[in-house]
Amino acid sequence: MKASRKGRAQRNGFIPIYIFGKRYEAPETLTIQKAMEYVGYQFVRNCGCRGGICGACVTEYRTPGDYKLKIALACQSVIEPEMQLTQIRFVPSHKEAYDLSSLHGDDSVLVKVYPELLRCVQCNTCTRVCPQEVKVMDYIAAAMRGDIKEVAELSFECIMCGTCASKCPAELSQHQIAILARRIYGRYVLPPSQNLQRRIQEIKEGKFAPVLDALLKLDSEHLKDIYLQREQEPQDSSGWEPKNRDFPQDQLT
Amino acid sequence: MAYPESMMESIKRLEATRETRSDQKIPLLSLSEREVLLKQYHPDHREGVRRQIQVGINRGEMIPNELADLFEGESVVVPEHFDLSKPKYETDVLVVGGGGGGVTASIFAKENGAKVILATKMRIGDSNTIMAEGGIQAATSEYDSPALHYLDTMGGGGFHNHPELVRALALDAPMILDWLTQLGVMFDRRPDGEYLASFAGGQCRRRVHSAADYSGLEMMRVLRDELYAEEIDILEFTAAIELVSDESGSCAGAIFLNLDTQEQFFVKAKTVVLATGGIGRIHIQNFPTTNHYGATADGLVIANRAGAKVVFLDSTQFHPTGTAYPEQILGLLVSEAFRGWSAQLVNVEGERFINELETRDITSSAVIREVIERKKGVETPTGMVGVWLDTPLVDIIKGSGTIHRVFPHLFHRFKTFGIDITQFPVLIYPTQHYQNGGIQIDVNGESTVRNLFVAGEASGGVHGRNRLGGNSLLDIFVFGRRVGITAALRSKEIKTGRLTLQHVKEYHDALKKLGIQKKLKSPLIFPDYRFERALTQVHQ
Repeated sequence: MKASRKGRAQRNGFIPIYIFGKRYEAPETLTIQKAMEYVGYQFVRNCGCRGGICGACVTEYRTPGDYKLKIALACQSVIEPEMQLTQIRFVPSHKEAYDLSSLHGDDSVLVKVYPELLRCVQCNTCTRVCPQEVKVMDYIAAAMRGDIKEVAELSFECIMCGTCASKCPAELSQHQIAILARRIYGRYVLPPSQNLQRRIQEIKEGKFAPVLDALLKLDSEHLKDIYLQREQEPQDSSGWEPKNRDFPQDQLT
Repeated sequence: MAYPESMMESIKRLEATRETRSDQKIPLLSLSEREVLLKQYHPDHREGVRRQIQVGINRGEMIPNELADLFEGESVVVPEHFDLSKPKYETDVLVVGGGGGGVTASIFAKENGAKVILATKMRIGDSNTIMAEGGIQAATSEYDSPALHYLDTMGGGGFHNHPELVRALALDAPMILDWLTQLGVMFDRRPDGEYLASFAGGQCRRRVHSAADYSGLEMMRVLRDELYAEEIDILEFTAAIELVSDESGSCAGAIFLNLDTQEQFFVKAKTVVLATGGIGRIHIQNFPTTNHYGATADGLVIANRAGAKVVFLDSTQFHPTGTAYPEQILGLLVSEAFRGWSAQLVNVEGERFINELETRDITSSAVIREVIERKKGVETPTGMVGVWLDTPLVDIIKGSGTIHRVFPHLFHRFKTFGIDITQFPVLIYPTQHYQNGGIQIDVNGESTVRNLFVAGEASGGVHGRNRLGGNSLLDIFVFGRRVGITAALRSKEIKTGRLTLQHVKEYHDALKKLGIQKKLKSPLIFPDYRFERALTQVHQ
């Protein structure tokens, strides 16, 4: 790392950073987000969850002596000496409107909805810039093959910040293609849960309404008594059955 | 090395006790033991941390001081000067808030034939919904039932919950889970389609349905995608700063501030849905928070001025496992699912001190007792004190690779700071997580102000004085759906009267009459973290 520029005094524990090209000094332990606040920025854009999950604070930066353009989430990354940083306020993306119930999980659906998918030049820029370390190019390759399960699984940790789309020379909006694949996977690929369908049917038939209505009418002492008699399912519950399968109905007659 | 030497010493003691701890049984506390623990150690019960509201419909209600400051603030709108005769937009249903509750309400209102505008002060999806890790409750398994879900929820809330709201919550839950699956949410499921449910504190059955530890993100991005397919007008970076009434006192729209241009404008609406979320960013008692940047109680402030009753706002949820180290991510959530998957809470000596499946209020109180009263916490280099969550136990008990599979998000987050949670425990301390109370609603989400509906964290009553894990993701969809449908149907039968901001004037006058100094303008919209405020203050 090169020393800071001549004639610029540094306070102990502080380091210089360049925010949109302008020099500031901030405590060296702060995240990029907190460092920007420390020097006086009040965020409206580029700040969302502050927990690494919403993609609002994607930051591009370079450090001295390195040609590489780096990407980080400002809320999850500590500042570096003399980093030059910028934040994009909004990423335009290509999002098709579709009705999921009219789409099917066949292997051509992704290319039908997003035909530009086939323009991918396999440069791998998308994967390189992803702050979540998602293998974006690999899922785009899977999308070209129509492998919906692979796209869904590889893209699962996508926070939809759109950094891939902002850098793609083939002009894809990868994150929009990925969410279509995940939705098709969630809806069509796995079979419906029998337990859930049975429970919904029971509710429709009014099976639980009488017991709930009876619980609703109890005074709090009686309700507490019943509460304390609940049987706890154990951590290891393989083969476990509750001793009393009629609880709490049997307490209410 | 993951931790400084001073903390590694305690980790060695934790590792030494791991084998004997792993099958140690700690019974759940009795109801009276719970009450004593809460009274002595829960932050809600500290001296001088709350005060009574002195004016308006909620006069006499106790609320935290930080919220009272906002309630006693001056409106961002000057009611005497605002011209209501020229609304910028008119709609049937106006939804405020772009998290899970607001988006769900918008989708159902549209499906029920209403013209819908959705306004949010950030981007669609920027919300506490997206940050939810653990999952959503629904009684789906063979030996579970909505009645058990009802009992767990009532007990968790200290039996204060409004029973008819809990009934709706428990009975709608399976249908909501099916709706989300039909929208394409990738829940954790077996190849035969059955859901993999896990425990949260206070549950007698495994009932939390997850999408790894990205549950909220996965639901939110699917809902947002679905929202974009609907013809719904979306106003982002547009903050609601006041509600508008008609002469009968019914709600008839809202005034907004465009955060990019500073323009104030009026949206006239037949019905209004507030889905404005929680309060973590007003930092009750200076606690750090798990909440997103916009959780500043805006909906509570404007609904209070408009005459909506609130309940249980003196009750705040502190999540027991907020990050205590490293400092850069102080207060961020470490999913309750870790305890559901057998991780244990351990003090500086390597000893357990509470059953990990107690409810959040109880567990947080026990952690605070361990640190403050018993002095058995672990201190970080910057003076924060916490206890260990023994995460490696999950892989030891449930099999190697479990953490990677179930907690990819948390694994990634701690790895960024050099901590491998499959090898080392994480240091935790309670963090402000949820506003247990809120604006009082009926089973269709209507507040005490006619045509003003509320869904999600901004509402109160469903969770009593303590919410169970997995019941918040459920709440936003159950009541988001109910308010969306009801607000849409209601909008067809409304004739709005003369429009007024009289309630704001009256609120200002009442404060003035009592000589209450307005400390700040409200709603707050965003916290101010500039300059020294960006630095961590340790307050336990």
